[in-house]
Amino acid sequence: MTALLTLAVLVLVAIAIWQMTKIFELSQTKTERAEIANDSDNKNNGYLLFAFLIFIYGITIFSFAKYAKMLLPEAASEHGGDYDQLMLVSMGIIFFVQTVTQALLHYFGYKYRGQKGRKALFFADNDRLEFIWTIIPVIVLAGLILWGLYTWTNIMDVNEDDDPLVVELYAQQFNWTARYAGDDNVLGNANVRLIDINNANVLGLDESDPNAEDDIIVKELHLPVGRKVNFKMRSQDVLHSAYMPHFRAQMNCVPGMITQFSFTPTVTTEDMRLNPDIVDKVKRTNAIRAENAKDPWEFDYVLLCNKICGKSHYNMQMKIIVETEEEYNKWIAEQKTFKETVMVDETAQASNTTEVADVELNETASVE
Amino acid sequence: MSEVAHVSHDDHHDDHGHHHKETFVTKYIFSQDHKMISKQYLITGLIMGFIGIAMSLLFRMQLAWPGESFGIFEAVLGKWAPDGVMDADIYLALVTIHGTLMVFFVLTQGLSGTFSNLLIPLQIGARDMASGFMNMLSYWMFFVSSVIMIISLFVEAGPAAAGWTIYPPLSALPMAQPGSGMGMTLWLVSMAIFIASSLLGSLNYIVTVINLRTKGMSMTRLPLTIWAFFVTAIIGVVSFPVLLSAALLLIMDRSFGTSFFLSDIFIQGEVLHYQGGSPVLYEHLFWFLGHPEVYIVLLPALGITSEVMSTNARKPIFGYRAMVASILAIAFLSTIVWGHHMFVSGMNPFLGSVFTFTTLLIAIPSAVKAFNYITTLWKGNLQLNPAMLFSIGLVSTFITGGLTGIILGDSTLDINVHDTYFVVAHFHLVMGISALYGMFAGIYHWFPKMFQGRMMNKNLGYVHFWITAVCAYGVFFPMHFVGMAGVPRRYYENTAFPMFDELTNVQVLMTVFAIIAGLAQLIFVYNFISSIFYGKKGPVNPWGSNTLEWTTPQEHIHGNWPGEIPHVYRWAYDYSKTYENGEYIIAGQDFVPQNVPLQENEEELNH
Repeated sequence: MTALLTLAVLVLVAIAIWQMTKIFELSQTKTERAEIANDSDNKNNGYLLFAFLIFIYGITIFSFAKYAKMLLPEAASEHGGDYDQLMLVSMGIIFFVQTVTQALLHYFGYKYRGQKGRKALFFADNDRLEFIWTIIPVIVLAGLILWGLYTWTNIMDVNEDDDPLVVELYAQQFNWTARYAGDDNVLGNANVRLIDINNANVLGLDESDPNAEDDIIVKELHLPVGRKVNFKMRSQDVLHSAYMPHFRAQMNCVPGMITQFSFTPTVTTEDMRLNPDIVDKVKRTNAIRAENAKDPWEFDYVLLCNKICGKSHYNMQMKIIVETEEEYNKWIAEQKTFKETVMVDETAQASNTTEVADVELNETASVE
Repeated sequence: MSEVAHVSHDDHHDDHGHHHKETFVTKYIFSQDHKMISKQYLITGLIMGFIGIAMSLLFRMQLAWPGESFGIFEAVLGKWAPDGVMDADIYLALVTIHGTLMVFFVLTQGLSGTFSNLLIPLQIGARDMASGFMNMLSYWMFFVSSVIMIISLFVEAGPAAAGWTIYPPLSALPMAQPGSGMGMTLWLVSMAIFIASSLLGSLNYIVTVINLRTKGMSMTRLPLTIWAFFVTAIIGVVSFPVLLSAALLLIMDRSFGTSFFLSDIFIQGEVLHYQGGSPVLYEHLFWFLGHPEVYIVLLPALGITSEVMSTNARKPIFGYRAMVASILAIAFLSTIVWGHHMFVSGMNPFLGSVFTFTTLLIAIPSAVKAFNYITTLWKGNLQLNPAMLFSIGLVSTFITGGLTGIILGDSTLDINVHDTYFVVAHFHLVMGISALYGMFAGIYHWFPKMFQGRMMNKNLGYVHFWITAVCAYGVFFPMHFVGMAGVPRRYYENTAFPMFDELTNVQVLMTVFAIIAGLAQLIFVYNFISSIFYGKKGPVNPWGSNTLEWTTPQEHIHGNWPGEIPHVYRWAYDYSKTYENGEYIIAGQDFVPQNVPLQENEEELNH
């Protein structure tokens, strides 16, 4: 069906081209300088320039009418509000400039289309005009720069004020893992050289670091609403980027270093599902999914990978659930700590295989 | 005076002797004549462009109809499209090579190599480049690097696929991605040769512009094309060596076990030995070239537009000195804004602030240029030749694409649109489409100069322009919305996220426009090739232009001018200049070529 449609479009385009060439040809009187624009070329293309201006406005209006509703919903984080406001103002400015300059450009192209015998104005310089259109961008941009930098500094100031929740986002080809700092709210040391897959120490935590004992490693990110979260990002193989579009948050994960980002979620997943924009979006999406015989979708926040990382880059995701403080506490209490999963296993193994004294155990360890 | 005449007569005599020795090989293959080299660049660039655009159509089809089987995939991609369904690895490879070919091979050497070579000697009044031999070497190194890049498409494990920016570790580790094996090695070798070629070319352009200007051709009388090529060459010389160093260090990391860019890596069940390097260092080195590269691509296009627009508006370019100043300002600023590609790379946020500041500053000279172009049209007598339409189209896409730069250059706003389709839409409009329009404008305008006075068919040119112009907006305008909906770039398909399901319709629309635009380029290809052989010969100066290249004979001769090199008495933009009584300076002619001395009672208004 699509193939047929495409084919039909192509045939129509071919006919259009043929007709356009014919029109251009018919509209030309035979002169010897045939390949240089004459008055009728200027006239036709002048009109077309005007039509093109309407086309630009048209596609703008069309895109807004059809696609504006598909954009991200209101920000679900504290700084996201500032972000959205700055975006709105910047967009307002650029749309204003776009509308005016495109109009001037194409209207002049239409209005001053060439005619034989017409004299162009020799107008080479005007200091005042040039001063005006240098100074106006300077002022507008200065405003945007100041506002932008103020917001940027606030967003990127990752500090320990307000008792933030510390969470590590750990990236690898092609999935995410989250590590909560646990009761002490301090992440244990970790390095890829300590990864021990056989013992399920997949993040390379330092087992001798007491801070690591209560760390909690999970595959789903739960965040309490209204509490600041300080993310520490790590990657074990290639560059990844932790992109959480609903929270207006993004930071690359770089092997060999720890990067960070901080935000406070303000809307729980449940509340966001009730947001009218989201309700509509889910309805539209599920209509499409039903057509393609796919399972219906329920809205969830997601963490995406946004830096090319290999074959399955397009499917490297983790679900984010923003919930109330109580729900979060309940959930985190159910999770096993690093000590309970990895370190316990090890001691259990050791005591099962050899019923030996502490001294001997130490000896084996040092031999290893 | 007589001595000058005598010398040039000798020149001519020598050239004549030279002519007889020319064989097919020295004339068409290992030519040292700048006009022939420019044609070689153009045709190589167009072939690479054809491949690059064809690749984009393939991956656009995959985006619009994810996972669907197409016969063409199987035919073109072979084992990479089992049963006609595109493989995810080859998708990334197509994206990568499309970017590489278009940015470097088409819009850097294809555009700058063609028109710098053609126009610098002709417009400044020189017999050839400062070093014809170096010029020849530059082209042949470009050719070799093109061939290696094409060969890399056919290696067993597939071509480079880490994105055109080839960030390590992905590009450094063959176990991270099959394309990072032999394919990436060839990519790096090809680019190293490419950089050498570009440097040889650029040095030649700089020396030629500084040393070989004809009598009277002061810097302030240079056409804006030459200013643009000259400054472009300087930026190239400043920044390309840094890319070479990045490429060399990456080669060391890949092949000799050093750790410049790699550290703490655990992949496929084992820890690698790398320790202490930083991928962020690579990003700095890459973008130190990468951002100026945008202007290396764009400035020549803007230079061409200035010249074409002024000629066809029959008006001087508005604010010549402001235009030169903005070229210089853009060039300077372009070397200190690279960090805006790295706001969320993990570098210090304070650095991000500095780069936001410099980046938004660059909008000022860009705005000045846009306004000056618009004013150049005002009260003109616009001759809407295809080249003129492409120039107007360039200003239109330059504005549309440039404005979204204000969003991306702002570190705050970049956070959420970084690496999404918003970026893709932005740079395709502002540098991709704009620079291509500049290239087309140049080709339509100077085709008669390149091919012995033959002209391209204007009707096919009009059809080419209008379809391309509509489709370019059709592809890239809706793309902004896709980006603002949060869709990341370089995703093989967007079906893994239900939140992107409803955007597939937009992808279909964009792909249909892209396919039509791609087919429209075939009209250009046909027009180009048939005009080379059967194009109608036009007059010597078909567009009524002031610059010196139109004072040479249509037939190409070695040394460009049969007699003495013309002297220059005025700037290049005396279009529609009149005496106080309103009469044209030269009766019945609305232009005064640069080699015409000042007339009696004529006031020299500019330079």
